Amino acid sequence: MTENLFYFLSSLTLLCALMVVISKNPVHSVLFLIITFFTISGHYILLNAQFLAAVNIIVYAGAIMVLFLFVIMFLNMGKEKETIKTSTMSKVAGTIAGGLLFVVMIAALKDADVVGYNPDTYTSQTGMVESLGSVLFRDYLLPFELASILFLVAMVGAVMLGKKEAGEQHF
Amino acid sequence: MEPVDLIYKAIYILSIFGVTLLIATYSTYAERKVAAFIQDRIGPNRAGPFGLLQPLADAGKMFFKEEFIPANSNRALFILGPGIAMLIACMSSAVIPFGDMLLVGGREVYLQAIEVNIGMLYVFGVVSLGVYGLMIGGWASNNKFSLLGAIRAASQNISYELAMGLAIIAILMISGSLSLREIAAQQVGFNWNIWYQPLGFLIFLVCAFAETNRAPFDLPECETELIGGYHTEFSSMKLGLYLFAEYINIFVASAVMATLYFGAYNFPFMENLRAAIDDPVTANNVVTIVGLVVMFAKIFFFIFFFMWVRWTLPRFRYDQLMKLGWQILIPLSILNIILTGGGILLKENLF
Repeated sequence: MTENLFYFLSSLTLLCALMVVISKNPVHSVLFLIITFFTISGHYILLNAQFLAAVNIIVYAGAIMVLFLFVIMFLNMGKEKETIKTSTMSKVAGTIAGGLLFVVMIAALKDADVVGYNPDTYTSQTGMVESLGSVLFRDYLLPFELASILFLVAMVGAVMLGKKEAGEQHF
Repeated sequence: MEPVDLIYKAIYILSIFGVTLLIATYSTYAERKVAAFIQDRIGPNRAGPFGLLQPLADAGKMFFKEEFIPANSNRALFILGPGIAMLIACMSSAVIPFGDMLLVGGREVYLQAIEVNIGMLYVFGVVSLGVYGLMIGGWASNNKFSLLGAIRAASQNISYELAMGLAIIAILMISGSLSLREIAAQQVGFNWNIWYQPLGFLIFLVCAFAETNRAPFDLPECETELIGGYHTEFSSMKLGLYLFAEYINIFVASAVMATLYFGAYNFPFMENLRAAIDDPVTANNVVTIVGLVVMFAKIFFFIFFFMWVRWTLPRFRYDQLMKLGWQILIPLSILNIILTGGGILLKENLF
């Protein structure tokens, strides 16, 4: 049952991710990307990580993708797709770059072995909120706080960039 | 899971679904009656006794109207939009505990469709998805007014989600759990969260109005500026689904507010009532059923409150809406978190 579900979800994920790239209409691409996030959340639930699944939906599907859709709807890009022409040169360059990335990935994954779980030490509570909270705030407190400082800096930077400029004064 | 449990779950999920739709249907009737009362009119009174069959007549009208799809619209997304709005609206009532536990033939039957330990996050996630139906429908109409409505809906939802999330964090700090069942169980008797979180409740209430696109925050569909906003081009039952989804959202928002702040199914002197009945099984069942009634009474009060505000307050201007969200509600909710943290520390160290 779980295995079938996994294969179903995986094929759906790959199909939707492919459709993100293939679709001509950017709004369709964004919608397929949202479905991709949902299927990834499905994978998290299969891995018994409910918190991660919910946060993935809230942050990516609920906030970031709304902003993406917002911007793309304003740009109205679907209309002038005839004017955008990809030159043969960039097609060749893209194929080579993508192929090289593919080779690197195969090389990296070729010798990696899959770590299965050990039934003796396995607890179903690993992905739950309580254990995640205690790990984040006990074992990894410093990296966690450092990451929050990084976000604060990014936020201040965004506010600075978005501020109105008065004359020569930049801040 | 045993087959009996499975059957019970199926029945319960179906009945919650039915109750949600029924309440949303009669909310349209209640809305018009409340509006009539506030404006000193009579309201619908022709279809059936007291106009009680009016929602059915409205639905019949909606179904038989011409279904118009604009020529240059994005056909697939135009049809998908109202469907998404409706689907997402129906999803969130799954985790709300409408009642405690019934004992039927020695079996514990919880009056909650799904118990997940991230219940609050589930509701929040579904609420954050609610805007897609509006955005997709508005964009696919290929109409400037619809697009503006969709854009307004998106920016409004994102702005108010932040303050809403911060208000929820304060609740999670005092309850220490994300599970809605546990949050409900902690507010036993009259020990409701509203006594500890009055400011948080106010912020949550304002954000709930904004998230459901209700007046005074109904800028995505405001007639004076945008004709009908995101649903300008929609007709027939597609329009009906959008309007219906709004009422379902009101029901769910009311249920969440009742659960988080007003003690869900708990009511004062419930322990006295439990003690007054000798047989523990009967006592539990009586308390649970009274609790279920109390829960729905709270929900109906909040639905009434939504309507009361709609017919009393004028609409915000768009810059006022953004200012309220970003410059007043978010700092207030951060202050609320700090106050709650201080309160928890004080309680631990002094008492």
